[in-house]
Amino acid sequence: MLKGKAWKFGDSISTDLIAPGRYYHLRSNLPELAKHVLEDAREEFASSMKKGDFVVAGKNFGLGSSREHAAIIIKLAGVSAVLAKSFARIFYRNAINVGLPVIMCDTDKINEGDELEVDLSKGIIKNITTGETLNFPPLPDIMTKILKEGGLVPYLQKYGDFKI
Amino acid sequence: MGQTIVEKILSEHSGKKVKAGDIVIANIDLALAQDGTGPLTIRQIEKLGIEKLANPEKAIFFIDHASPSPRKELSNDHKLIREFTRKTGAILSDIGDGVCHQVINEKFNCPGYILIGADSHTVTGGALGAFATGMGSTDVAIGMVYGKNWFRVPETFYFNLKGSFSKGVYGKDLILYIIGMIGADGATYKAMEFGGEALFHINMSERLTIANMTVEAGAKCGIFPTDEITKGFLKEYGRENKFREIKPDPDAEYEKIFEINLSELKPMVALPHTVDNVKPINHSDLKNIEINQVFLGSCTNGRIEDFRVVASIIKGKKKHPKIRMIVVPASRDVYRKALKEGLLEIFNDFGASINTPGCGPCCGVHQGILGDGEVALATSNRNFKGRMGNPEAFVYLASPATAAASAITGKITDPREII
Repeated sequence: MLKGKAWKFGDSISTDLIAPGRYYHLRSNLPELAKHVLEDAREEFASSMKKGDFVVAGKNFGLGSSREHAAIIIKLAGVSAVLAKSFARIFYRNAINVGLPVIMCDTDKINEGDELEVDLSKGIIKNITTGETLNFPPLPDIMTKILKEGGLVPYLQKYGDFKI
Repeated sequence: MGQTIVEKILSEHSGKKVKAGDIVIANIDLALAQDGTGPLTIRQIEKLGIEKLANPEKAIFFIDHASPSPRKELSNDHKLIREFTRKTGAILSDIGDGVCHQVINEKFNCPGYILIGADSHTVTGGALGAFATGMGSTDVAIGMVYGKNWFRVPETFYFNLKGSFSKGVYGKDLILYIIGMIGADGATYKAMEFGGEALFHINMSERLTIANMTVEAGAKCGIFPTDEITKGFLKEYGRENKFREIKPDPDAEYEKIFEINLSELKPMVALPHTVDNVKPINHSDLKNIEINQVFLGSCTNGRIEDFRVVASIIKGKKKHPKIRMIVVPASRDVYRKALKEGLLEIFNDFGASINTPGCGPCCGVHQGILGDGEVALATSNRNFKGRMGNPEAFVYLASPATAAASAITGKITDPREII
């Protein structure tokens, strides 16, 4: 069970907003890069968020570049999952590959600061603040397996090959 | 039921007939990474504990995004890439060789290939009739080590192109028009296949531009059938023997079909801060937009054909005194041709600054980062907040012709008023 507070973001949060190009030189120093996560979308986020909190956004989260660093630093910062109306394709796959849960749901039903509880296996989001429950569809089978192992590299270390 | 181009290529590479929605394991023909994503790719390969790449000569590392290196952290990333390629036999494309998406298509990519790249603009390769898609560093690491990866076969949107471009209108205007029409998530997870009688009028340089920006509509890939133009491009680079016919079945199933008449298009501009905020050049929102910097280059529009268009517009003129103009050839080959044809002399006399072949200022790492409140008109592919290194700056995207006309006047200008 994942538990934390909602941090709301708008539509079209690009990888440039998540991991800005001006910190390009920190890509081989991910803990340092994580201190700037989402800085250009909400400046206070990286310094004020608590471990376990959720990023809750609108549509097309993670559009733009293929930089996997974007998904990695959201995870490294301590975010337990990203909830959005929709995700850009490369970001979505990267998130699974690095073990960051990504959930598609109607995020209009979640407000800034709401306390959430998310059950990934059952596909249920409980909004403790509003008392509302949201459901989300399960991931494709191969992605569930990759996420369960904590990412694609540990998955392949365990199974030695793709099992689909 | 017939197959789309992507379904055909994924069938060939997975050894079974596939359709949209299937999940398949497919063999990879080419895998690329660049200096921003390559170090992580290398670390993931090392973490897997497998030192041997499936096909080292099909794994290519490019040093193009921060090239030459502007700071020591990046110099150390470059060092890691050089050492890894030496150790494994992977191919290195180093400083000055050019942007990965230009070089891969000049030298390596072939019709019918599967090309994966740790760079979203890998989709550029669809211009040659390849299934080319951007992935993260880990997926590319897997592709390099295992020679395969898993894919969901995408549904396809078909763009039936008719007519021909009017004067002053180019492939860049077409793809901006399409992104404006369907939105930045309009083709998420989909393949965008281009066809129709107008293809005959769209040269390889413009096809590369069009395929390059399909990711800005969220697409998994953009793809063209092959023809005499494809053959001509391969021949130019001494690879004519790599030509093969790639086309969809006549009864292929498409999720959506769009009809576009090129003759009706105008020059288009994407306004800050999203690529789908597209308006025709004569729109009132584009009146009297003063600019500080013009960037001609990138994997979108840094080719010799783009340079020729710009040179023909600015020849004998001077840039507006208030602007800076930065020119970056997309590859060493483009640089050589521009030198030979006297284009660099024209740019230099105009007052432009010519930089090393590579990505230039596109991704905000070096070679022209904008100041607070400054405005750039760029021929590249993204105008996200912060893209060119400063979240307080503004980036407009347009064709090389529009960039050239605007460099003369100092504000966003319709190229048809000048040519």
